[in-house]
Amino acid sequence: MQVLNPTTEAELGEMVAAAHAADAPLEIAGQGSKADWGRAVALPTRLCLAGLAGIRDYAPAELVLTAGAGTSLRDIRRAVASEGQHLAFEPPDLGPLFGKAPDDSTIGGVIATNLSGSRRPFAGAARDFFLGFRAVNGRGELFKAGGKVVKNVTGYDLPKLLAGSFGTLGAMAEVTLKIVPAPETSLSLVLIGQDLVAAQAAMTAALGSNADPTGAVYLPDGMAGHHPSLAGHVGAGSATVLRLEGSAASIAYRRGELERICAGPSMYLDHHESTAFWIECGALQALLPMRDAAIWLLSVPPAGGADVVLALRRLLPDCRYMMDWGGGRIWLAVPGTAPDAHGSAIRGVLVDGGHATLIRAGQQQRGGDHVFQPEAPIDLLRRLRRSFDPKCLFNRGRLHSEL
Amino acid sequence: MPPPDQAALAAAPRFAAALREALGPAGVITDPVALRPYESDGLTAYRQVPLAVALPRSTAEVAAALRIAHESGIKVVPRGSGTSLSGGALPLADGLLLGLGKLNRILEIDLPNRCAVVQPGVTNLAISHAVAADGYYYAPDPSSQIACSIGGNVAENSGGVHCLKYGLTTNNLLGLEIVLITGEVLRIGGRHLDAGLYDILGLMTGSEGLLGVVTEVTVRLLKKPETARAMMAGFASSEAAGAAVAAIIGAGIIPAGMEMMDRPAIHAAEDFVHAGYPLEAEALLIVELDGPKVEVDDLIARVGAIVASHGGSGLRVSESEAERLTIWAGRKAAFPAVGRISPDYYCMDGTIPRGRLPEVLRRMTQLSAQYGLRVANVFHAGDGNLHPLILYDANKPGELEAAEAFGSDILRLCVEVGGVLTGEHGVGVEKRDLMPTMFGEVDLNQQQRVKCAFDADLLLNPGKVFPTLRRCAELGAMHVRGGQLPHPDLPRF
Repeated sequence: MQVLNPTTEAELGEMVAAAHAADAPLEIAGQGSKADWGRAVALPTRLCLAGLAGIRDYAPAELVLTAGAGTSLRDIRRAVASEGQHLAFEPPDLGPLFGKAPDDSTIGGVIATNLSGSRRPFAGAARDFFLGFRAVNGRGELFKAGGKVVKNVTGYDLPKLLAGSFGTLGAMAEVTLKIVPAPETSLSLVLIGQDLVAAQAAMTAALGSNADPTGAVYLPDGMAGHHPSLAGHVGAGSATVLRLEGSAASIAYRRGELERICAGPSMYLDHHESTAFWIECGALQALLPMRDAAIWLLSVPPAGGADVVLALRRLLPDCRYMMDWGGGRIWLAVPGTAPDAHGSAIRGVLVDGGHATLIRAGQQQRGGDHVFQPEAPIDLLRRLRRSFDPKCLFNRGRLHSEL
Repeated sequence: MPPPDQAALAAAPRFAAALREALGPAGVITDPVALRPYESDGLTAYRQVPLAVALPRSTAEVAAALRIAHESGIKVVPRGSGTSLSGGALPLADGLLLGLGKLNRILEIDLPNRCAVVQPGVTNLAISHAVAADGYYYAPDPSSQIACSIGGNVAENSGGVHCLKYGLTTNNLLGLEIVLITGEVLRIGGRHLDAGLYDILGLMTGSEGLLGVVTEVTVRLLKKPETARAMMAGFASSEAAGAAVAAIIGAGIIPAGMEMMDRPAIHAAEDFVHAGYPLEAEALLIVELDGPKVEVDDLIARVGAIVASHGGSGLRVSESEAERLTIWAGRKAAFPAVGRISPDYYCMDGTIPRGRLPEVLRRMTQLSAQYGLRVANVFHAGDGNLHPLILYDANKPGELEAAEAFGSDILRLCVEVGGVLTGEHGVGVEKRDLMPTMFGEVDLNQQQRVKCAFDADLLLNPGKVFPTLRRCAELGAMHVRGGQLPHPDLPRF
């Protein structure tokens, strides 16, 4: 495979313009940590954006940071942490899930996959913190959209569209993000040994209470024990974990609210332990031992999460799962070699709405159009795709055979 | 606006008859007198009576009206409550005005999933009222929330005083039903989060009615904070007030609202509502904190200390809900208050990096002298969204034009210091000619190509947002005609 490594916007533009002239498709990548996510397609040339790196501007009081799209997430995290701020959408580290090095994402890759963690229902997704960008479209033209201030409605919100587009609409050179103050401290309540239905009830009640949690995850029997931060506390049992963040005084009050709602055996993780737990949770610690299983990510109405899981377990008794987002996000590990990794069965369960995305699977299970579940008609998505990239050069076929 | 399309005017009777057949006689207005109330929105300097008004009662009727318009080649301007401050719902002489006001039902309130499904004509505030008894609310609160519709909020990506902490409309939506100009109905999102593939929900929000017509909205509901307290203090300069704002955020505090007013705005508001605002101050800062009482009390003390150490004087903290409302009364009445001291005012809406505020205010004062027009400033200080109110008298020859020129200069200034043309009001017809100050030709062409993907004949709300209408063919968009792709030899997978 040929690899192109632009180090300036101008180089990036020239490389894409040359590819456009030659009708040569390009794989768009940062560090390649998520290169195995999406339909299995082999493109002859990789356009690596990791060289477009570096924080260009960071004004903590303005809550705005601008960086090259190839800047490592690690560097951004470190820079904002030194100012007491953070990326509130809590991008998880999927490196280990894909058998790659941990903590090796670029910010461009995080945005291009709209990758958000456990705080998403409470703080927003990657797309909600993506204010503006500079990118090269499939014609080789450098363009910009959005802005560098936190409040802006000038023109179409193209940052929303590029977030989660897997590089198919533009090769991003620079991104501007909203950065917010990090919470002073945190505390997590662990409810031990709840079954799925009880856990769902507890999470739904907590999310509708004044406890104002910023994390609600359920790890069923046998899964919680894979978390080093929980080991020794839960044994082989399940764990329902609810996170509180804010000032110490606020947390002291809100934990009382939580305790009013949640009965049964429990324990607390202090700030240090809680921080470690939620990082593990983002990296899908509980699913890592299922090395050969296909991994699905479902987004569903949160209060119905347990019902979806029950239906899935009837269909696929061998599957393992964990629930995040108070039931709204289900990670599912499905063993076996079904060509669609049981995609149609899984989607058949989503009667109350939602979608399922195949995150990880062997190449032969990632050939078809079952990997993503578009919500809009493919005709519209194709017109949209071609409005940016008329020859479908960028990551051709990665999302869909017609995109 | 370009001269009206004579063919559209000639086709009007046939077009209206087709609409009447689909929507019933009560659903279509063509009588010149009955059309008059629709001639403008909240930007009243612009007026135009539409060709016809359609008032559909269902998604099916919206789809029918759009299909008929599409087949007839007639332009369509969607309208919610008509409160746009940028002329987003300004009619066209040769276009149909599609009023969504009859789609005004709350379809479902789903508290376990913390969301509500509503039709586009429901007002913003009606959503919060419907769930208030259960302790919930819908967070975005544009100042017109008593009248503005949720469909219009989606089209404009409306903000409000509380969006620093709780986000704009786009951050508070879960799903949309959209009708394209062809009459095709899409359902995007629902009660779950985040899109499978391209974020059409995010793209539609703030697209100002150019891409599709919203016929159903699923909004996120939030638990109402247990307490809210406000404080205010005067400052001897806008620099000092701005420094206090930066220090509050620097201390890791994101208030529910953080508003600043300059001296002319303070005086206008105080004369109007007598809220006890400090008349000797050059800048007034209002900060609201919400959450559990123990948290709010703690933050009030911390913010109070920061304000005092930055020269804030006459600090007043609300001890009751009545006091909180009094502190807000002047700010919330700032627009009508300015309306009392001037026959007309023109409200601007740029956003700037907050650190550039003193410089922007200084130059605005120079512009004020240059144009001979007074200006009062209210400012969403937390997120840098500036609302200069330019005072003028439309009855004095040339003053409207001068006010508009002054406003354009202010927005150019916003862009020059690193900001944007509009923070929450939209581009509409008002700011479209300024788009090139912020975006280059390639940027604008890319945006217009997105438009072509949705509306290749440019029938939906043309003349808004973009300074020059580029035909899709000219932009090299790919058209499928009669099922024939332009390059049938290219592999399509």
